[in-house]
Amino acid sequence: MLQRFVNPRLLRSALPALSFAILLVAIFYTQPRTMSYFGLNLMLQYAVPIALATLAQMFVITVNDLDLSIGPFVGLVACIGATFLYETPLLGILMLLGCILLYAAMGALIHLRNLPSIVVTLGMSFVWLGIAVLVLPTPGGKAPEYLKALMSLQVPLVPFPIVAAIVIAVVVHVALMYSSYGVVLRGAGGNPRAVARAGWSLLKTKMIMFGLAGFFGVLSGLSLIGLTTSGDAHIADRYTLYSIAGAILGGAEFVGGRVSPVGAVLGALTLTLAGSFLIFLRVSPDWQIGAQGAILILVLALRALISRGEVR
Amino acid sequence: MNVVAFLGGRAWIWSFIATALVWLATVAFTGGTGGGQILTAALSFAIFTVIVGIGQMFVITTGPGNVDLSIPATMALSGAVTTKLMDTQNEMIALGVVVALGIGIGVGLGNYLLIRLLRIPPIIATLSASFLVQSTAIAYGRGLRIKPPPLLADFTTAQVAGVPVLAACGIVFTVVMGVVLARTLYGRSVLAVGQNMRAAWLAGINVERTRLFTYVLSAMLAGLAGLLLSGFSGGSSLNMGEEYLLASIAVVVIGGTSVAGGRANVPGIWGAALFLYLLVTMLNTFGASAGLRLILTGLIIIAVITLAGGGEQQKR
Repeated sequence: MLQRFVNPRLLRSALPALSFAILLVAIFYTQPRTMSYFGLNLMLQYAVPIALATLAQMFVITVNDLDLSIGPFVGLVACIGATFLYETPLLGILMLLGCILLYAAMGALIHLRNLPSIVVTLGMSFVWLGIAVLVLPTPGGKAPEYLKALMSLQVPLVPFPIVAAIVIAVVVHVALMYSSYGVVLRGAGGNPRAVARAGWSLLKTKMIMFGLAGFFGVLSGLSLIGLTTSGDAHIADRYTLYSIAGAILGGAEFVGGRVSPVGAVLGALTLTLAGSFLIFLRVSPDWQIGAQGAILILVLALRALISRGEVR
Repeated sequence: MNVVAFLGGRAWIWSFIATALVWLATVAFTGGTGGGQILTAALSFAIFTVIVGIGQMFVITTGPGNVDLSIPATMALSGAVTTKLMDTQNEMIALGVVVALGIGIGVGLGNYLLIRLLRIPPIIATLSASFLVQSTAIAYGRGLRIKPPPLLADFTTAQVAGVPVLAACGIVFTVVMGVVLARTLYGRSVLAVGQNMRAAWLAGINVERTRLFTYVLSAMLAGLAGLLLSGFSGGSSLNMGEEYLLASIAVVVIGGTSVAGGRANVPGIWGAALFLYLLVTMLNTFGASAGLRLILTGLIIIAVITLAGGGEQQKR
C-alpha cells in the first residue's frame, strides 16, 4: 500500500496541493491556450474573493462551528461597498466595521447560550440578505475606483490573482499556525476544556474567530465588487457552499481545530479551476453543483483512506 | 400542582403560546377580520414544515452533530421525478408515492454510508450529498413545470369546515410518530443513542442500525413532502425545498427538542411550524417591506432559539 512508503501525515497535508496540481495539468492538457498569463488571469480572476470567503469559513470551522451565512454576508458587503462606500466613504467604513462587530457578537451568542451555529448563522443569513435588500433594492451601484484599480492590477510575469492568493495564504498561515496566540485559537477548537483550564477565555477566542471571519467576509465582498464593478444582494449566494467546499478541499477537519490556511486558499483555487475545467469538458451547467459535490466526496474518501493509514 | 414545574416539563407549550400571541397581534391589526382564514392557511402551509421537521427531529435527537442538510435537495428531486412520472394521471399517484419514498430511501442510505465510510460529520456528509441530489434534480427536471394529477392536487388542497384535510392527516401522523418515539424499540433506541452513544452501545442497542434508520426516515419524509408540496402548489419547482433548510431545523429547536440530543418534543413541531408561518403573515399584514421582513424573520428565529434552546447550559 501507499501508506507504507509515504508518511500519511505528510501525504494528507500535500493532498490540497496535489489535487490543485492535477487539476491544473488536466486543464492545460485539454485547453493548452490557458497556459498563459492572460489565460490564468481569466480563469483565476474570481479566485480571490472566493479564497477570502473560504478563509472566513475556515476561521469559524477552527472553533468547531459552521457558518451558513457567509454568502449573504459577502453580498451585503458588496451592496454597502457599491453604495455607501462609494458615496460617503466614512459612513461606509463605519458600516463595514459594524458588520464585523456583529459577526463577533454572533460568535459570543453562540458560545454564551451554547446554541448550534448552523441555526444561528442560517437565521443571520436572512438578516444579512434583508439589510442588503434595504441598502440596494435592485442590482447596481458603483464600486470605488481604488477597488477596481486594485483588482485589475497588472503584475509582471505572474498574474495578479496568483500573487494575491500567495500573499493572503502566507500572511494568514504565519499568523494562525506560527504565532503563540494562533496556537491558543486553534486549541480552542482542539481541546476547549484544556484551553479554558489554562486560563484563556473561550468567549474571547470565539469572538476573535468570528470577528476574523467577518473581516475576511468584508475583504471578500470588497474584492468581489472590484471585479464586478457593481453590487447585488444575491451576488454571492453561492459563496456559502464554495467556502465550505473550499475549506474541506483545503484539508480542514470539522472537529479538533485542525485547519490549514494555505490549504484553504488552494482549495478555493481548485474549486474555481474545477468550474472552468467542467466547461472545457463541455459538462452541462446542470451538473456543475453535482460535480463539486462529487469532487468533495472524492477528496474526503481519499482523506479517509490516508487517515486509516495514520491510525495504524 | 406547581405551574412552573408543569410548564417546565412541557416545553412545547411555549411555541403554542407564541403562536397564539402572533395570531392575536395579526387579528388585532386587521380589526378581527380574516382570523379564521389565517388559521386555515397556516395549517395548510405548516403541514409541510411539520413533515420534514419530524424527520429532522429524529435525526437531531440521535445526538450532537447529527443534522440532515439534504432535505431541500431531496424535496426538489422527489418533486421533479414524481410529477414527471405521474404526468397528470390519477392512476399513477400510488406509483408516485412509492417512487418518492424510494428516492428518500436512496438519499438516506447515501447519507448514512458517507457518514459511516468516510467518517465525516453528518453536516458535511449530508451537504455534499445534497449537491449531487440537487444537480440530479436540475438535470432531470430541466426547469419544466408539470402539473400534478388532479386527484393529488385536490387531496392536498381540500378543506372540511376550514380544516385542511392534509393537515388533519398530518396530526394523525404526528401522533403516530409520537408513539413510535416513546413506545417502540426503535424510538427508545433513538433517545438512548442521543443521550449517550457509548452507554447505548454497551446496553446492547444496535447504534449504527438506529442511525441508519433515522437518516432513511428523514429522507423518506422529505421525499414525501416534495411530492405533496408539488401537488399543493400546482407543480414542482427546483427551489421549492429551499426554505425548508432553515425551517426544518428551526421548528425542531423552537419546538423544545434538545439540540444536544436524547430529548425530543413531538407536539412542539406543530406549534413551531404554525408560529413560523403566522410570523411571516403578521409581518406581511403590518406592511413590512421585503428587506425588513427578512431581517425580522431572522432576528425573531434567533431570539426564540436563544430563549428556548439555551435551557440546559454547557452540559459537557
